[in-house]
Amino acid sequence: MLTLDHLTVGHGGVALIRDASCRMAEGRVITLLGRNGAGKSTLLRVMSGIDKPMAGSVAIDGRSLSAMTARRLARVISLVTTERVRPHGLSCRDVVALGRAPYTNWAGRLSRADEAIVEASLATVGMTAYAARQMDTLSDGECQRIMIARAIAQDTPVIMLDEPTSFLDLPNRHGLARLMASLAHDRGKCVIYSTHELDIALLFSDTVALIDGTHLSCLPAGEMLASPRLAEAFATDGFDMTAYLDTLRKQRTAMAAADARRDI
Amino acid sequence: MNTASPTQTTGQSRRRTTLTFAILSVLLLILLAANLLTGDSGLPATALIGAMTGESDHTGYAGAILSLRITRIAVAATVGAALSVGGLLMQTMFRNPLADPYILGVSSGASLGAAVLMLGLPLLGLGTSSVAGSLGVAGAAWAGAALVLIAVGMVSRWVRDILGVLIVGVMFGYVAGAIIQVLQYLSSAESLKLFTLWSMGSTGSVTVQRAIIMAVVVAAGLIMATAHIKSLNLMLLGEDYARSMGLDTRRTRLGIFAAVTLLAGTTTAFCGPVGFVGLAVPHITRMMTASSDHRVMLPATLLAGIDVMLACDIMAKTLVLPINSITALMGVPVILWVIFKNMRRC
Repeated sequence: MLTLDHLTVGHGGVALIRDASCRMAEGRVITLLGRNGAGKSTLLRVMSGIDKPMAGSVAIDGRSLSAMTARRLARVISLVTTERVRPHGLSCRDVVALGRAPYTNWAGRLSRADEAIVEASLATVGMTAYAARQMDTLSDGECQRIMIARAIAQDTPVIMLDEPTSFLDLPNRHGLARLMASLAHDRGKCVIYSTHELDIALLFSDTVALIDGTHLSCLPAGEMLASPRLAEAFATDGFDMTAYLDTLRKQRTAMAAADARRDI
Repeated sequence: MNTASPTQTTGQSRRRTTLTFAILSVLLLILLAANLLTGDSGLPATALIGAMTGESDHTGYAGAILSLRITRIAVAATVGAALSVGGLLMQTMFRNPLADPYILGVSSGASLGAAVLMLGLPLLGLGTSSVAGSLGVAGAAWAGAALVLIAVGMVSRWVRDILGVLIVGVMFGYVAGAIIQVLQYLSSAESLKLFTLWSMGSTGSVTVQRAIIMAVVVAAGLIMATAHIKSLNLMLLGEDYARSMGLDTRRTRLGIFAAVTLLAGTTTAFCGPVGFVGLAVPHITRMMTASSDHRVMLPATLLAGIDVMLACDIMAKTLVLPINSITALMGVPVILWVIFKNMRRC
């Protein structure tokens, strides 16, 4: 359970989000939804322990992130940033293996169990065939899948991703959103990712944390869809937001029904 | 040599690593022998071999030449290993292929220390040029290098972005360079010549005792570098990712700075600033191994650095030129090759 307690985040003394409190449970997909520049990345960087909050705290199971060592923190939270890193001279398997760093010795030596986890992580994101490929030969989407596999290999109860669906086409966006949903629902992880895309946030997540101005409101996705907050936050001249949200609501109901049928 | 094919298997890359180490080791043996047999003493090879096996009549003279040459080889090997590994650490930390062990101002700091002693003190009427021949110059150069790195290290506690640290280091270098210029402008021709000779680099003027001190300090630096192997691998993905995988980036930065001070600071103090080795050797090694994994790269770079420096030293001996000119002439083509190769890839 990740909790934000009266959290204020921002840059250079200017607060982007003020006094945010929210609980994010295991087994759930939580999306941070907000417009460009609303502070999604800033909030995610603080929630993952990379940056310090201006005020308040982030805690996991009651333990504040600021009280943890870097290694301890790396065993509870893994992160996929927007940066596409393709280091020359590393294979996909090498990069995924780096995810085991919080558990390995000084030289980063992998045990049999570590190696099995690396292979399983590659399989989870469907990149087994790419294991021996060099990172600098990958496309953006492939590179991102490898970085996600690396986060899975890190084997943390919480996975955070910054704008993972940007720059992907519709099938890939939905594929990725489903992958993240299965990490949460099938493996019991707490998956938190930021997005500015309403459909991704509202169709594929359990909880939506909406950034509206400097306020963060956390609601179950269904309730968020029913509340007027979304229409206010994303109001666009000449665009019928109410009709669009209606469509999403219908889609969500249809997808839930389809999932239920599949489960039977 | 080709770079790795995109689909090479783990077995292929392991074979390539083995091949690299084999080539570098054979080269090392050849260069050691060649280096031992080159010099301006005019001594025939048979006499030297006799001295080595202890069978020759010329043992006295040949033995002396032999010990001089062995010392010089040891010095060149130490310098090559230290600067190359230092360059590898800096290139990984700054994620910049043009970083070298001097990029944080080690070379200019050391030069400043040496300049203060060799140019500054005579100006004040303190000390004479004889000071320059003693351990004083090495000590002053080392202190200068360490001071610059401590200053950069302290600044880096406040600067989040590694690029900011780089800029601070480069600026410190310019300041040191400016002070050196002032000292040079004011100095006498005699002390100026001594300083210029020091700044050209030399592997031949290090005594046995100093070579031992240098080797011990460099060994400590290499051990520190080895202790950071995993951190260096994590840093290949950038500081944010490294931190998210459990790396204490500030402590790692300081540890790597300290290792580079021991490696580059020490060799610069004893042999003067030797350029381009630290920049070029990691690239040559990366081409050979086709890997960025520091568990492979660190030992391979160390070995390649020794090889390159021994080869440069043979040339310096046969052409009777300063080592710095040789390393520059050898290093620049390598660096241009790397740059153009990268441009083609992008």
